[in-house]
Amino acid sequence: MNCKGVIREISNYIDGELDAVAKHELEHHLTECHDCTVVVDQTKKSIEILCDSQPIPLPVELSSRLHAALREKLGKKPS
Amino acid sequence: MFGVIVMSGNPIPPPVGWLARTRTLSASNPHRLPSTVVREDEPVLVAAAKKGDTAAFEELVHRYESKIFRLTTNITHNREDAEDAMQDAFLKAYAHLDGFQGDSRFYTWLVRIAANEALMRLRKRRPNQFSLDEPIETGNESELLPRELQDWRPNPEKEYSDAERQRIVSEVIQTLEPDYRVVLVLRDIEDLSTQETADTLGLSVTAVKSRLLRARLKLREKLDRYFRQGAPRQEAPN
Repeated sequence: MNCKGVIREISNYIDGELDAVAKHELEHHLTECHDCTVVVDQTKKSIEILCDSQPIPLPVELSSRLHAALREKLGKKPS
Repeated sequence: MFGVIVMSGNPIPPPVGWLARTRTLSASNPHRLPSTVVREDEPVLVAAAKKGDTAAFEELVHRYESKIFRLTTNITHNREDAEDAMQDAFLKAYAHLDGFQGDSRFYTWLVRIAANEALMRLRKRRPNQFSLDEPIETGNESELLPRELQDWRPNPEKEYSDAERQRIVSEVIQTLEPDYRVVLVLRDIEDLSTQETADTLGLSVTAVKSRLLRARLKLREKLDRYFRQGAPRQEAPN
């Protein structure tokens, strides 16, 4: 596998969706290519940083509006 | 070799610290932890809500409103649209609870409804910039190769507070083209499977994988300015 092949398969590799032969070829290339190793590591890290994205706390007034609308639609009076 | 400038240094070490809390992604350990721990009482709440127990449904809303708001915000990048999409998503979820068969997580089902609400608003607001119906021009594969490559500092994210990292992620997501952004949000933040993402967007699995590849490479490229060696610590925009 060459550098283009690694880039083409990097997403499948990170997701563990490569078959054994392709995975072996990609990892063999990584032992010989520093650039591709850097790209794979940085891409993994980028996804990890993205995965750590936290939920957005709802402002109180927005949450109140949401639940008021729900109660209205669901036919329930505010508690 | 890509024929570009490469700074010497070691590969990025395994996640430590705050990153250790995140899902671990590796070819040797591809299993993805769920983005939400399903509480044991969730099926009970869903069953009660199906029978008309509005309090049970409100509890489900409480649990997921922040996550759904993150989703609609990430897709629409418009506060008003994000709020409307979130509210309508919960209303539609309640109205169609009978259609939830329990063959997926309730949250996944909810995400698909909310994503469609957000996408509908995104299409209205940016009809010429976003169309999942049109294939994305893939271009030359060589264009995917990083043009300028440098090692990142070890654990550079530690130089940023939680709030700063949140702003960086938000800013980076905003700069992605909507076609890529939506796939990245559903697949990597909301943890939908490739098939679930494809079903939600009405795309083929192949199309989702193609966009995800490009989205992830663009994400790496955009985060590079914050984390590369020698780059000054940057203030994330407010």
